Amino acid sequence: MLSRTADHLFWMARYMERAENTARMLDVNYQMSLLPQSEDAAERGWRGLLSISELSHDFAKRHGKVTPKSVIEYMVSDADNGSSIRSCLMAARENARAVRGTLTTEVWETQNQTWLEFQRMIASDAFERGPAEAFEWVKFRSHLSRGVTVGTMLQDEAFHFLRIGSFLERADNTARMLDVKFHAVENDFVGFGPDAAAARLRYGMSSSQSQSQNQSAGGASQSQSQSQSGGGSQRQSQSQGAENGKDVEFDFYHWSAVLRSVSGFEVYRKVYRNVIRPEKVAELLILRPDMPRSLAACMHEVVSNLQRVANEQSKDTLRLAGRLDADLQYGRIDEIIATGLHAYLTQFLERVNSLGAGIGRDFLVPVRP
Amino acid sequence: MTVGFDEMRGMDGAVREHYGGYDRWLAEQPPQAMRTRRDEAEVIFRRVGITFAVYGAKDDDASGGNGGTERLIPFDLIPRVIPADEWREMERGLRQRVTALNRFIHDVYHGQEILKAGVVPADQVLGNAQYRAEMKGVDVAGDVYSHIAGIDIVRAANADGTGSYYVLEDNLRVPSGVSYMLENRKMMMRLFPELFSQHRIAPVAHYPDLLLETLRSVAPAAVNDPTVVVLTPGMYNSAYFEHAFLAQQMGIELVEGQDLFVDDNFVYMRTTQGPKRVDVIYRRVDDDFLDPLAFRKDSTLGCEGLLGAYRAGNVTLSNAIGTGVADDKSIYPFVPKMIEFYLGERPILQNVPTYVCRDPADLGYVLEHLGELVVKEVHGAGGYGMLVGPAATQAEIEDFRGALKADPARYIAQPTLALSTCPTFVESGIAPRHIDLRPFVLSGKTVQMVPGGLTRVALKEGSLVVNSSQGGGTKDTWILEA
Repeated sequence: MLSRTADHLFWMARYMERAENTARMLDVNYQMSLLPQSEDAAERGWRGLLSISELSHDFAKRHGKVTPKSVIEYMVSDADNGSSIRSCLMAARENARAVRGTLTTEVWETQNQTWLEFQRMIASDAFERGPAEAFEWVKFRSHLSRGVTVGTMLQDEAFHFLRIGSFLERADNTARMLDVKFHAVENDFVGFGPDAAAARLRYGMSSSQSQSQNQSAGGASQSQSQSQSGGGSQRQSQSQGAENGKDVEFDFYHWSAVLRSVSGFEVYRKVYRNVIRPEKVAELLILRPDMPRSLAACMHEVVSNLQRVANEQSKDTLRLAGRLDADLQYGRIDEIIATGLHAYLTQFLERVNSLGAGIGRDFLVPVRP
Repeated sequence: MTVGFDEMRGMDGAVREHYGGYDRWLAEQPPQAMRTRRDEAEVIFRRVGITFAVYGAKDDDASGGNGGTERLIPFDLIPRVIPADEWREMERGLRQRVTALNRFIHDVYHGQEILKAGVVPADQVLGNAQYRAEMKGVDVAGDVYSHIAGIDIVRAANADGTGSYYVLEDNLRVPSGVSYMLENRKMMMRLFPELFSQHRIAPVAHYPDLLLETLRSVAPAAVNDPTVVVLTPGMYNSAYFEHAFLAQQMGIELVEGQDLFVDDNFVYMRTTQGPKRVDVIYRRVDDDFLDPLAFRKDSTLGCEGLLGAYRAGNVTLSNAIGTGVADDKSIYPFVPKMIEFYLGERPILQNVPTYVCRDPADLGYVLEHLGELVVKEVHGAGGYGMLVGPAATQAEIEDFRGALKADPARYIAQPTLALSTCPTFVESGIAPRHIDLRPFVLSGKTVQMVPGGLTRVALKEGSLVVNSSQGGGTKDTWILEA
């Protein structure tokens, strides 16, 4: 297969997946905004969403104040925002169009139809009139795109590059989302703002524990030993805190929103048959191989598809992917939390990034003999 | 233009025999049903993405993204029907004409017998901008140059009300439109399956098969199992849909110039598994852009060293470089003589009488009769740079008169033919519109074609310009067995 073709396929799948993940996060934030909460908390949610996509700065520059309407507009239909759903769906479609001959007719038509319908929805203000329904539509188009790929494409190289794109992007997105959601909570513990004490109470966590979390978050590797020692007591204190009625309620909505954004709420119940606890949420979304949006599941797919397209120069890239996969396969959540979740996820994102670069170098970017 | 020829009805208004079945069917269709079908067709065409880009046009539907404007080519529901016996005669004529044209190109780049014999003026060939000196003495596989030819044919009314077919022009470089021929048929079968069970309509869907067979048959002699690719300028080219479509239908790679490289006079494409040899390139890129080392230096659409590999006989370009020397409008008047010269046969298909403006006598006539003639640029294509006298304003005529006087060799002129009409479904209902026909002739080891071709229709009332870039549409073309 042409390297350029592989490149287009890889990015087509990535952009479609990104559109879906953006829709998921917007949807959950929107649902949260329907619950009674302080203006502050609501704004935090929207800010978090922007920081997941590393867009806080760009947004502030162009829009200033964070309001639900302005963030939704920016993330849905803004053509100048490369991460908006509009930009992602268009890029997915343009990439598909460049290799439409490699795709089955069904795959291409699905991609094209998605873009055409999206434009009609924008023209008719569908995202303002019924945001939930519109986000659901984006998710379904992404499901359809993946489904029609699996259901109609020959399982040759083209298929594998599509799959690699989907899962690499998904791993990246899940990791970012986790990082920001845990980070948001951690920030509340540290005591930067006047709200800090209240937030501590709200989330039902002891200050000693939040300190160790923060260290690992801010100081990365050098604080590892310190935070490791705090790992054991941490879980305990969390479960203790969760017994307070008010906190249980808030905890529940925060973490269930995280779960819902990756279709993991029902899965969580099924797997743990227990109340929702942050470390279990982290375990589900990082390590569970059977949870389709977890880092472990995504990396497993990346590796197995990568193995099928291996070429003479891809040895190092495969090794990188394999190690990442093995780390997840044999990892334990208490160890990860002891290392510091933020440090762990930051490192994961870096590794995924260099894996993406390796794939580009070995397969996608043309190389002269 | 006193008499017209309508494909469906005779002068007395009676429906011609080969349209009888369709006419009876049409009479039973409520007008609303046709409208519904037309809307349905448009939705499907958009979903399938059967679009073309218009140069210099503004986005009308915002679907274009960051490059060209994507438009649909209007598709007309009413087929153009040709009786099988007429087609058989036309097919013989096409075979004869394309064979002679290929012999001519070979001759021009080798012995130049036809120039020595004075049948075609040498200066007009050798001084032609489309003449490629690089091709002199180069042997191409099977001595075939134009593997894919699109011959534009029109039917014009005679004084007695009968019609005659004429060749309007030969397209021997990179003729396009065949994908619309195939998609139009698919659409018609989807919208009106009953028509296909009621009529015996010759199928066309095997065209990609014939094309692949043709391309494989002209691979360099040393290659056993040739790798064939389609070379496209990219997705913003007006015919990109067709390039992608044909590559997909043939199951071969669609490459861009950047995907190719030349090493030691062999052409390779960059793949995920390393370089792979390429033997035949069905290129949809003009000569000028093929190789920046040999032709336009600023071209990013081609591949450095391609001409070298080609001249070394290590790759086949389809069509060959330099075919433009035979489809130039200034060469067109000589095609009947070529047929006699190379084949010793009487031409089966007629040419339109043509005034060559480089000839002072012809120029004088043309300047006096601008209001009646169609004047075309010798190198023009796509309906750009032409004057349709009877439809032009006085100012447009005067503009052209100036251009003609300044550079007469750039133009030819022809009488305004009363192009035949075909009933067409337009806003006001069913009305006659002018049409032409482009059959696609494939030349490899043998000359082959699928029955019919692409019928283009000028949707504006009275308009004679059928080009899609100028508001033309297309119709399905039926070759009908009685």
